Amino acid sequence: MFVAKVVGSVWATRKHPDLKGSKLLLVKPVEPITGAYAGATALAVDGGVGAGVGDTVLVLDEGGSARKVLKIDNAPVRTLICGVLDSVHSGGKDKKYA
Amino acid sequence: MKLARVCGRVFCSAQEASVEDKKLLLIQPLDWDTGKENGSPLVAADCVGAGSGEKIFFVASREAIVAFQNCYEAGCGTTLPPVDAAIVGIVDGYQVEGL
Repeated sequence: MFVAKVVGSVWATRKHPDLKGSKLLLVKPVEPITGAYAGATALAVDGGVGAGVGDTVLVLDEGGSARKVLKIDNAPVRTLICGVLDSVHSGGKDKKYA
Repeated sequence: MKLARVCGRVFCSAQEASVEDKKLLLIQPLDWDTGKENGSPLVAADCVGAGSGEKIFFVASREAIVAFQNCYEAGCGTTLPPVDAAIVGIVDGYQVEGL
């Protein structure tokens, strides 16, 4: 799992039947403490946490677990938002997101 | 899942039986932030009916096979198709605003 910021959203009418009704968001990995961008933007499915643009989130990047969270056995999903970050504590430093 | 543009189609006269009824498209991966080309084109199996020039999003690796699991369970084909990229949606639009 990695920490990322929601930077946008995607709309798609024609998609795989198992993706129907899922919220598609663009996430960009960030350094948890500094908040600096640290990687390429990816498309992620909201796993039911209600994330929105500007939120810092926890992203799962493994298909098997993503399908378990969605409870859809055949969903072709790999990247999934499974949490919204409130704060991070590391190396004696605190970073509040909420 | 990644963004790409459909840039061609691939035809094979001899191929694995389970791939025979699949449409194989040549796609050029794009960068979500800039919309610019990102890496080399690759071949992906289509499961949404994408056409040439359309922007799509695709899943790679093991998840590509999962995209065809429904079809397989419904009785089409005797094995799952050996694909490592599958087109799973056509992008109508997207917005990058939080940068």
